[in-house]
Amino acid sequence: MQYETVIGLEVHAGLSTNSKIFCGCSTKFGASPNSQTCPVCLGLPGVLPVLNEAAVEDAIKVALALNCQVSPYSKFDRKNYYYPDLPKNYQISQNYLPVAFKGYLDVPLEKGTKRVGIDNIHLEEDAGKNIHGGGADAGESLVDLNRAGIPLIEIVTQPDMRSLEEVEKFMISLRDILLYLGVCDCCMEEGSLRFEANISLRLEGESRLGNRVEMKNLNSFKMVSKALQHEMRRQGEVLKEGGHIKAETRLWDEEKEVTSTMRSKEEAHDYRYFPEPDLSPLIIKDNWIDRVRKAMPELPRERKLRFSREYKIPEYDAQVLIADKYLADFYEDTVKLFPEAKMVSNWVMGELLRGLKERNINIEECLLPATHFANMLNMIKKGAISGRIAKDVFAEMLDTGKEAEEIVKEKGWSQMSDEDEVSRIADEIIEKNPQSVRDFQGGKEKALGFFIGQVMKVTRGKANPQLVNKLLKEKLGKLK
Amino acid sequence: MKISKDDVKQVARLARLRLTEEEKEKFGKQLNQILAYVEKLNELNIENVEPTSHVVPLTNVLRKDEVKPSLSEEEALANAPERKGKYFKVPKIIE
Repeated sequence: MQYETVIGLEVHAGLSTNSKIFCGCSTKFGASPNSQTCPVCLGLPGVLPVLNEAAVEDAIKVALALNCQVSPYSKFDRKNYYYPDLPKNYQISQNYLPVAFKGYLDVPLEKGTKRVGIDNIHLEEDAGKNIHGGGADAGESLVDLNRAGIPLIEIVTQPDMRSLEEVEKFMISLRDILLYLGVCDCCMEEGSLRFEANISLRLEGESRLGNRVEMKNLNSFKMVSKALQHEMRRQGEVLKEGGHIKAETRLWDEEKEVTSTMRSKEEAHDYRYFPEPDLSPLIIKDNWIDRVRKAMPELPRERKLRFSREYKIPEYDAQVLIADKYLADFYEDTVKLFPEAKMVSNWVMGELLRGLKERNINIEECLLPATHFANMLNMIKKGAISGRIAKDVFAEMLDTGKEAEEIVKEKGWSQMSDEDEVSRIADEIIEKNPQSVRDFQGGKEKALGFFIGQVMKVTRGKANPQLVNKLLKEKLGKLK
Repeated sequence: MKISKDDVKQVARLARLRLTEEEKEKFGKQLNQILAYVEKLNELNIENVEPTSHVVPLTNVLRKDEVKPSLSEEEALANAPERKGKYFKVPKIIE
């Protein structure tokens, strides 16, 4: 019996507004602890929160990009719980009437597209930061409330994803939309993009959902993948042994690479939501939505069309490139310096993506600047290195961040374009292989390929292939 | 709706209140009286009435996205029962 995996995500994105959602404190990351707080975000008695207009506009932008309906009438609620990073003892969120609902995102996959439904998008405030360990001694935790009150949108998907690939591609597509919109810097290390995943298994063909496990503490794309992979296996094993999956919250332990049950005490949710009386309802009329729509920046789908049009590259290339904003930026930066668009896309999709995958890094972590890449492509074009050698040079560039020219000099890899030397090597090989010469004379065109291969082998790929081709044809032609 | 002693215990726990047995009895009784009073509303026909979330007729009270000066760190920490450096200090949360 085969199990089907059912996955839904909850995504928290910290908005890139200048000020917090309900007060004028700065949202800048990395400030001295508790230096960006005021009576409102400290939760002192008698203060009134006032909603930041820019946070609403950002939420509308995301709603439009995710094909959601923007709620004409939405409001805020208090979510009550006690935790030291939440000074008011409630979080202002939108439980009953969120700012947007019912949308979808079409996610490009390796093969085809997957439509992932969006249940709702709501606005809320972030909590502060607790520090355990580090500066905190045993028996104490420290609290920094600079983050308390930073605007968040929470994007809740439908449980539509069925595989790791779909989850991974969804996260990338969503991150790219947020980046393209400029509403979130999506810096996972700083916590501005956070994921929670709900996962359950069911027998293939079954329409009811199995008991779901909610997973927290997923602070990078890789952690989401690893945690889901682990949880798929764990649930599959439990079910195969006839066991029962408990609906619970599990934490991902990055060091041990396992998930474990959160203490039920922490899990016993009873948030006692009620309407936030200090904030007025939010009414969003069509003219406001239209104004936001007109000011929307280029989204991935539009960028893809522009790539096909502007750079005249195949649709497939454009899709691969725009599927990662940073990869697409890298491509455009390179093409600006080296305007052979198709050659650049071949290299990006081939050697670059393969190189990144082998090193298990993404383009932002990569040491290679677009200028170095463009310079290397130029060396190929000018014949300073062969395409074959360029691949080795490129691998070195990825590892060291050095310029191609420097690497070629260090390793003595420059292309052999000296006609006399290549000619001498070609003669030697022709002399050593009389049988292949006869084959060629007998009309076997393939034999030419054999000779070219031999010359390249002897020169360790450094010979200029056009030159080799030309010389061999001349020489073998004369022998006829 | 009848509030049981367990309900009182649960609500008290969520509100971080420590109640004596007598208090649980007493507040349970009072809560039941309050609910019984509110239940009178059930006698009304509210078929065409929108749920009220706010009693003040205001909408879209918004502010521009402008940074205003925050409190100084000293002011922010002034009321903290305990502090360490520039942080609030609390009993350890995670075991």
